[in-house]
Amino acid sequence: MADIATASPARRARLAGNALPLAIFLVFAVVPLFAGFRGEAYVLGLVTRVMIFAIAALALDLLVGYGALVSFGHAAFIGLGAYAVGILGAHGISDMLIALPVALVVSALFAFATGIVCLRTKGVYFIMITLAFGQMAYFTASSLAPYGGDDGLTIRMRSTLAGFQIFHSDRALYYVSLLALLGAYLLCRSLVASRFGRVYRGTRENPLRLATIGFEVYRYQLVAYVIAGALGGLSGFLLANAAEFVSPAYMSWQRSGELLIMVIFGGMGTLNGAIIGAAAFLLLEEWLSGITEHWKVIFGPLLVLVAVFAPGGLLGVWARLRRIGRD
Amino acid sequence: MSTSLLIVQTLNGLQLGVLLFLIAAGLTLVFGVMDFINLAHGVQYMLGAYLAVMFYGYTGNFLFALVLALGASLAFGLLLEFAVFRHLYDRDHLDQVIATFGIILFLNQGVKLAWGAAPLSLPIPEIFSGSVVLMPGILYPVWRLVIIGSGLAVALILYLLVSRTRVGMLVRAGATNAAMVSALGVDIRRLFMVVFGFGTMLAGFAGIMIAPILSVEPGMGDTILILAFVVIVIGGIGSIRGAFLAALIIGLVDTLGRSFAVDILRTFMAPSPARTVGPALASMLIYLLMALVLYFRPAGLFPTKGR
Repeated sequence: MADIATASPARRARLAGNALPLAIFLVFAVVPLFAGFRGEAYVLGLVTRVMIFAIAALALDLLVGYGALVSFGHAAFIGLGAYAVGILGAHGISDMLIALPVALVVSALFAFATGIVCLRTKGVYFIMITLAFGQMAYFTASSLAPYGGDDGLTIRMRSTLAGFQIFHSDRALYYVSLLALLGAYLLCRSLVASRFGRVYRGTRENPLRLATIGFEVYRYQLVAYVIAGALGGLSGFLLANAAEFVSPAYMSWQRSGELLIMVIFGGMGTLNGAIIGAAAFLLLEEWLSGITEHWKVIFGPLLVLVAVFAPGGLLGVWARLRRIGRD
Repeated sequence: MSTSLLIVQTLNGLQLGVLLFLIAAGLTLVFGVMDFINLAHGVQYMLGAYLAVMFYGYTGNFLFALVLALGASLAFGLLLEFAVFRHLYDRDHLDQVIATFGIILFLNQGVKLAWGAAPLSLPIPEIFSGSVVLMPGILYPVWRLVIIGSGLAVALILYLLVSRTRVGMLVRAGATNAAMVSALGVDIRRLFMVVFGFGTMLAGFAGIMIAPILSVEPGMGDTILILAFVVIVIGGIGSIRGAFLAALIIGLVDTLGRSFAVDILRTFMAPSPARTVGPALASMLIYLLMALVLYFRPAGLFPTKGR
């Protein structure tokens, strides 16, 4: 409330709006420089995972935070992207020029086909039907006997770019993931700010009113769902390359739940929150599991505390602290 | 596909359906009346099973273990309601999801700390052990029949409670329009507590009854939770009748699908692809069913909200 009185709040807000993402990407950019101090492969691997899941979390935030479309099956898209790499690789095709478009198109098509059905429902029913499709993808993957079935599939060679071994080092993979995350972030951000985004955000507030004005709510939601699906596929493509392994576990409903937790934990509807949430979730998991094997006994109550005392997630807490500090 | 196998698997399906109903009943009420997404309902089922094993260890008597574990389940549920859920009723669904997800993590790990990660087992009570001959050549374990019977009895009691008593009337009214019930002077918080405690106890009961035939282990509540959600969504959230019907359908479809998918596919497919596709299709069947139901009836079979 106090900041209404301060000078040029709009400019300040714009500055503050850019400072956080700049800081986030700066940190990601310099991590490899300092990674050498503590087991380079370990640090790079961990932060690469963070960035890869941040892409999926961004996509989910686009649905949950901006469209009130709570998808409980988003891990399916990661799995589809990863399996595209795995299955093509098993047939000797491991070039990115083929694998990446296939990963994106397959997950976008899956999003389109399921979105047509899912978007007919609302609220809790939407949560459950996305879960249903996620489970179908999971069980399909675990029945793929030629590609490892339940046990998953080892990827013998990371993707190449027109024959060039672009992912030969962990550092290269790290920077490609960073680029992908940056691209995904900028895409989501401009999407949300665009005319399309305004209408789409409107569907969250009051779909009926938008329909009355003459917008086809369903189409806007479907487009967003397909974009979020394709971004999930991108995340899966990178994950398969980072882990050099794919398995149905990537698509389990627990994974979808974790993605949701990342988005809510960071603060949904902010995009920055999705990245911070993914980082906080995975780093906390890593840190706590280093302290004790029973880390979930600590992590569980932490989530409860966040839900009870910090609606709006970590970014919400941060905003409140700043407000207190200013007053 | 012999007839005796069909009969046995139908009974198994019925038993799964009854079990699902016990869990889904509480879930659908909590969801329908309080508009609260309780992902922790599955771990309460798991906790019921663990408590039964623990009390059986102390008393050596199944009946005592049953009663004590039911009481402890209820007490624990009320404690959770008091400590956590109460603060989240007015919140967004997503806050409820994150909090109850946290409780799942905590309890799944907590039982590992308390009782170890190895699966535990609970013996079937002496009088109900063994099998009966249903028809010449068909043996069926008595305990599974006991589960079916007790589940149906609970369904009947629930039906009477919901349709014939004052509290039941309030519950029905709450599922339709909670704000209106509150405006009419009913202490809705107390109603919530009663419904929540009762739901927890039913989930605990399901866990106790199934403990003798399943292994009691951490994470046993996770799969059943998802199935229970499928049930309440197909049935229509807040509807006990819908949950009952949907639970039996899901139980039968899942069990029969798993038993006969390969055989059915073999009638028009080569044996080896049938063996690959069959199990996957069988696991998917209930989700396909849910997607179909929601496509044609987006609010489930028996929608309660009259909006």
